[in-house]
Amino acid sequence: MTRDIMAEIKQEITDHPVILYMKGTRLMPQCGFSAAVVSILEEMGVQFKDVDILVDAEKRQAIKEYTDWPTIPQLYVKGQFIGGCDIVRDMHAKGELEPLIKKA
Amino acid sequence: MIDLETIKKQLQINLPDAQITLRDLTGGKDHYEMEIVSTAFHAVTPVNRHRLVYGALKTFLDSGVLHALTFKTRTPDEK
Repeated sequence: MTRDIMAEIKQEITDHPVILYMKGTRLMPQCGFSAAVVSILEEMGVQFKDVDILVDAEKRQAIKEYTDWPTIPQLYVKGQFIGGCDIVRDMHAKGELEPLIKKA
Repeated sequence: MIDLETIKKQLQINLPDAQITLRDLTGGKDHYEMEIVSTAFHAVTPVNRHRLVYGALKTFLDSGVLHALTFKTRTPDEK
């Protein structure tokens, strides 16, 4: 059976209220932008699922097409795409991120 | 690697009125921070503002010459 990568992503995003597609893992981020989002989420003390796209070339490409967003990291809350590093950082600075995630 | 002028020119094709300030974060010419001021962002959500910019730079992102860029967007009216 061929892999239905889009369905796989959809399932992951549905199963995890807060999910971060990133380069590396939360313990060992491989990119500064991914690391920045991890530290914001950890600072807020939220539970989140991390998905390392560096170990899955197919998913790395698919996640960009899934949301029509060309870069990693990508944060999803309750199935909704929130943004990449800039937007997450900006929302966090404005205090808009926490209420969104705490309701998740 | 890609230089500042190339990025600016490409962006101004899609966002002709854009005022662009760019800063090379690492000195390596592949991680930039920029601020883009354009009337095209009026009443557009942050995610869609980013999509406008990514769309304009799609060629560079797809080819990998531009690995990552960080940017802020605002309209001339916003601070």
